[in-house]
Amino acid sequence: MLGEGILKGMAETARNFFGSFVSKERLTTVQYPEVRETLAENARVFPFLVYDEGMKDGERPEWQAGLRCTSCQICEKECPPKCIFIEKSKDKKPDAFGKMQFYPVRFDIDISVCMSCQICVEVCPFDSIKMDKQFELATDDRFGGLLYDVEALARSNSYYNDIHPTEAAAIDKQRAETKVMLAAKAKAASEAAAAKAAAAAAGEGA
Amino acid sequence: MSPVFYLVAALTLGGALTAVVLKNTVHCALALTAAFAGLALLFLGLDAQFAGFAQILVYIGAVAILVVFAILLTRGSETPQGSVYSRYSISGLVAAAAVFAVLGWAVLQSAHMLPNEQAVPMADVHDIGVALMGRYVLPLEILAVLLTAATIGAVIVALHEKEDAK
Amino acid sequence: MFDTLARNFDQIFILLRDWLVSFLPAGMRPVAGIVLSVATIVALFPGLFALTTIFERKGLGRIQNRIGPNRVGPFGLLQPVADGIKSLTKEDIVPVSANAAIHFLAPLVLVVAVFMGFAVLPMGRNMVLVDMDCALLFYFAMGASTELAVFMAGWSSRNKYSLLGAMRAVAQMISYEVVLLLSSVAVVMITGSLSLTKIVAAQDQYTGIFPHWYIFTPWGLAGFVMYAIAATAETNRSPFDLPEGESELVAGYHTEYSGFKFALFFLGEYLAMFSISGLGSTLFLGGWSAPFSFLQWVPSWIWFFSKLMLSIFVFIWMRGTLPRLRQDQLMNFAWKFVLPFTIFNLMVTALWRFMGEGWLRWVVCSALLAAAYGIMARVSMRREHFEPRSYRYAE
Repeated sequence: MLGEGILKGMAETARNFFGSFVSKERLTTVQYPEVRETLAENARVFPFLVYDEGMKDGERPEWQAGLRCTSCQICEKECPPKCIFIEKSKDKKPDAFGKMQFYPVRFDIDISVCMSCQICVEVCPFDSIKMDKQFELATDDRFGGLLYDVEALARSNSYYNDIHPTEAAAIDKQRAETKVMLAAKAKAASEAAAAKAAAAAAGEGA
Repeated sequence: MSPVFYLVAALTLGGALTAVVLKNTVHCALALTAAFAGLALLFLGLDAQFAGFAQILVYIGAVAILVVFAILLTRGSETPQGSVYSRYSISGLVAAAAVFAVLGWAVLQSAHMLPNEQAVPMADVHDIGVALMGRYVLPLEILAVLLTAATIGAVIVALHEKEDAK
Repeated sequence: MFDTLARNFDQIFILLRDWLVSFLPAGMRPVAGIVLSVATIVALFPGLFALTTIFERKGLGRIQNRIGPNRVGPFGLLQPVADGIKSLTKEDIVPVSANAAIHFLAPLVLVVAVFMGFAVLPMGRNMVLVDMDCALLFYFAMGASTELAVFMAGWSSRNKYSLLGAMRAVAQMISYEVVLLLSSVAVVMITGSLSLTKIVAAQDQYTGIFPHWYIFTPWGLAGFVMYAIAATAETNRSPFDLPEGESELVAGYHTEYSGFKFALFFLGEYLAMFSISGLGSTLFLGGWSAPFSFLQWVPSWIWFFSKLMLSIFVFIWMRGTLPRLRQDQLMNFAWKFVLPFTIFNLMVTALWRFMGEGWLRWVVCSALLAAAYGIMARVSMRREHFEPRSYRYAE
């Protein structure tokens, strides 16, 4: 019947109107900024660089010594709006697994350009760049306030565990296994070297 | 001849004059609307309420808008290339003055032939309705037929245009 | 004693005005009385407008599962003050190629024409500003002037989108003006007068406890529904707000207006809503008369304003419910459904008038109107039959 749809619609809106006073599901407003809703675990805003804690270097601060980034520049090349700028170092320093790696002298991300596509995270082979969840980043400094350098981007692994518990736990487990495997390999290599040296010494002696 | 009458007369005459003098056609249409409003106020000044308000409703509410639409939908909205005055403006002015003189003389001559009414006859809406449906029903119906013919003509013209566009 | 108290409370504004005016010499009293009444109307309805904006925003918010503004003042009730300050202090931008004189005059013409409409509404017993014989005709004459203001606004902006919005708005307003007039003519036919006070007086009678409001008659109900549709379209309200839809033409004919002039357009639109609701309640809902005969002790102006606010809430409710109609859908609806039905309603009203009292005319008129509605609904809801679409892909 003509007009029936209108009446049904009006009944629904009336139900919404009166229901919004009594039931929570018909009034989903959150009084921001007094109340903040928690973001989902996989929410992403802008990237940050992970550093492993407990890496003592003597000369460099903890965040620089433990930075996982090896300056491979894959994320710089893959970034669609080209908002990452990396300058590789000339020398190498040991990483968390003891291997000598380059490190970034400059690592700038312009977050006014970044479109949060997460491609840099997906392509990083070293689990060193991950997505942060902070979004209240407005600043009144137009000329550099939104350009984050490596110090501003470096956050600890425990911070990473705080914001993305599941993926950080998986990555930590993987890294622990890698460490164990490397230690076993090193032990096997040293045993083989020791056996070879003993055989060489015995061969000389005989 | 109260000052209000002079003001309203100035509005009507000014509007009508401006409507023929201005270059931009839409300005002329709006000046004509002011002239219509002046006419309506004259009707109201004579206590002819129905005529006055019907004047506003019909002329300003419909005719003026029709005029403006017609100007906008045709090429009348373009500013004229040359002068708006034709070459024969002087003879046109003379002819207009002559016509006005004849009409004025006729009106003034007939003024003393009307009965000397002391009070303005009050014709309220009821009387107008009775007269329209009683004494003047034939002109009313002829007008209705005329309007219907005009509407049908407009629809047919618009319809043909759509078929041509196909 | 209770009766005189009720009567005095009913006439309290008239008594107040007479008392205030009595301080002046006798020669100035009529003029002063009129000036006082006009000042009250000019102050009251914009105040009501401010209240309505906050109710609309909060009401729409609740309908849309959110709270409306709630930061300015308790529950956001001072939001209109903030809006007013914003409108008054914004820079008044006039486009360089705009026609300055007409650009300036358009909002003025709109607001003046709309304010004039309030002069004939009977807001209570003996509370009309001007009691004219052809009050209804005066009201519609002023309504017609608002269309001219809309056109002036759109054309003077020298913006093709404003002009387009203005032409659409004027076309819509003209089409629905015919419907508005014809549905009011039914009331005039039954009452026998164009005077709004007489129309209210004719509805102020009671059989038993039920009033003689015209909405309780079959032709009155049909007429009221058509009047409500036409009123929504006249004031460019949802679902007929294509001319001013923000997502369609930016802001239609008032795109190029900023600051106070825009506030005037906004004011004009809401005031037109008030006056057309007031007229609707006068014509069909009995104006200032009480809904039941035992409620007559409540002052008449309270009834009038309650009916006015009820109409406003229904307007807001409709805005929250219905999607916008497209221009051609709107015009089709007007000319192909609403207008024929209104003309048929007029004929049924004539039948009602000449059938004489009794239950027979109720049955016959209701049956005729229901049948007409059903037939027209069936005809207009017939869908076009589409064939299955065939696609050809490029080789």
